[in-house]
Amino acid sequence: MLYKIIREHDMTKKQADQNVQSKERRDFLQLVTTAVGGVGAACALWPLIDSMNPAADTLAESTVDVDLRGIEPGQGKTVLWQGSPVFIRRRTPDEITYAQNMPMDTLLDPERDEARVKKPEWLVVVGVCTHLGCVPTGQKPTEPKGEYKGWLCPCHGSQFDISGRVCRGPAPTNLQVPPYVFLDDHTLKIGTNEA
Amino acid sequence: MNNNKVVQWIDTRLPIFTFMRHALKEYPTPKNLNFLWNTGSLAGITLLIMIITGITLAMHYCPDPEDAFQSVERIMRDVNYGWLIRYIHMNGASFFFVLVYIHIFRGMYYGSYKSPRELLWILGVVIFLMMMATAFMGYVLPWGQMSFWGAKVITNLFSAIPIVGDTIVHWLLGGPTVGAPTLNRFFALHYLLPFGIVAIVCLHMVALHQFGSNNPSGVDPKHPSEQIPFHPYYTVKDLLGLSIYLFVFAFVVFFAPNFFGEPENYNPANSMVTPVHIVPEWYFLPFYAILRSIPSKLGGVMGMFGAVFVLFLLPWLDRSRVRSATFRPLYRPLFWVFVLNSIVLGWIGSQPPEGIYLIIGRGATAYYFFHFFVLLPLLSVIEKPLPVPDSITLYLDQKKRAV
Ligand code: HEM
Ligand code: FES
Repeated sequence: MLYKIIREHDMTKKQADQNVQSKERRDFLQLVTTAVGGVGAACALWPLIDSMNPAADTLAESTVDVDLRGIEPGQGKTVLWQGSPVFIRRRTPDEITYAQNMPMDTLLDPERDEARVKKPEWLVVVGVCTHLGCVPTGQKPTEPKGEYKGWLCPCHGSQFDISGRVCRGPAPTNLQVPPYVFLDDHTLKIGTNEA
Repeated sequence: MNNNKVVQWIDTRLPIFTFMRHALKEYPTPKNLNFLWNTGSLAGITLLIMIITGITLAMHYCPDPEDAFQSVERIMRDVNYGWLIRYIHMNGASFFFVLVYIHIFRGMYYGSYKSPRELLWILGVVIFLMMMATAFMGYVLPWGQMSFWGAKVITNLFSAIPIVGDTIVHWLLGGPTVGAPTLNRFFALHYLLPFGIVAIVCLHMVALHQFGSNNPSGVDPKHPSEQIPFHPYYTVKDLLGLSIYLFVFAFVVFFAPNFFGEPENYNPANSMVTPVHIVPEWYFLPFYAILRSIPSKLGGVMGMFGAVFVLFLLPWLDRSRVRSATFRPLYRPLFWVFVLNSIVLGWIGSQPPEGIYLIIGRGATAYYFFHFFVLLPLLSVIEKPLPVPDSITLYLDQKKRAV
């Protein structure tokens, strides 16, 4: 007790200054330690988070070759590519004209038909509705196609024209065009743009 | 205190017996709780039933797209009592949601979310969210057509997020689309989340015991005579409730096990064909209806999540000082309109999104949010509550005189 009083009494101005300084220093050190620890923890978390991303073998550029022989004008074929169906349609001249002359204000995601095909006769689109991922109907002659000659999504009623462009929501964008290339007149390779 | 020497020895070092005596025996409880207060203990028991049946199912289930469907069929046909365990687990999910919905509506009617029970309420909403995630991932496991397409549609909801949406979806799925990595991780999470729910339920209990249970009058107990010890009074009442509940549960499991189910899910998953009419499980229908009523992808998704998240704000949207709807002449009818509106939303969610259904769905969606964001704040200002009795005793006297 006595010792404490003497000590406090003895404390010079210089010592008091030092005390303030060392408090500042401790605050600073605490801040730096927290920051370094936090960044370190975040970095350590990243491999765990990234492990949930598609693995290398899942991602491996997969391609499928499609034999186009036997598909008559007006008919289609559906193939599986990277786990999703791809719609291939051999369009009739009527359908091509219809697609090319589609008024842009009918389209929710305006895009010209010419920009979506490599040969006007063949339309290749991923058969996955851009709303929530259902497979639209219309590939088989017996299935409902909607009002625009293309596809109708059974889940929430989106409609696509014969160019795969969305004409009625809730789908926000057109059916996606996958990378593909014609190897010859009757073989199509899906998954790459180069032969 | 127990005079068993062993119990005493343990309790001095680890006071679990004291804790249990406080929580399950002495816990002072308002004497006027009605049967709606049974839903809490019943939900807890159902959670246990789900975990026990889930672990035994997991001993036979294979989380691989090649085997999943077959392994569930094997559970149904070949595993001893597999059919029973699966039907309990399958229907248990539905019963769990029935209880929790009643539990939530009870809280809304009696104002149990109001001060000082805001955190208790928020923990409840967290449990509700975790239950929805668990049930959604569980439904994917049997890998039928509804499992697959449900998983696809629900995970694709996240693609509505601007810019990073698709990256997030690929991260959730572990591939370009729903497939083997998805099923495997959903199984891992479906196994894990219920234990997280147990943890939050414990916090829910701690928050409950801080101020004790609310009661139908909404008035805090003022005198020890208005409270009774939990045991034997409410243990007995909970047991009576449990007996009736298990009777109904067993009836459904044995006589109508597929009542809540969707026949389409007995077809194996096919990634090339979407079923013509996909519907989620009944307990998601109101939210699904909100999703489809808003004619924009991002808007629909925000509406759907908003419909759950608005529950977090409830304690601050309803500013009325009076807890129980019994004393709120305007809130009481509007509460029932809200219940009805929720049922209408559920019905709309099961119908195709066209014509008259779409119109009703939009109206009901608008009303849902109108209730929270306009009616509740407005009522807090304009409503004139009936005189609130000063104590539970006076409330009960009043009730007796009214009869
Ligand atoms: C909050 C608790 C739980 C809920 C709400 C829940 C919900 C569900 C649902 C809705 C299904 C689909 C049933 C069907 O249609 O066949 C399911 C399946 C399954 N659950 Fe759970 N579950 C819970 C806890 C657990 C736990 C803790 C485990 C494992 C430890 C588990 C393991 C399984 C397995 C293996 C299946 C697939 C077999 C089957 O489909 O019957 N569940 N769950
Ligand atoms: S998934 Fe196609 S309209 Fe919703």
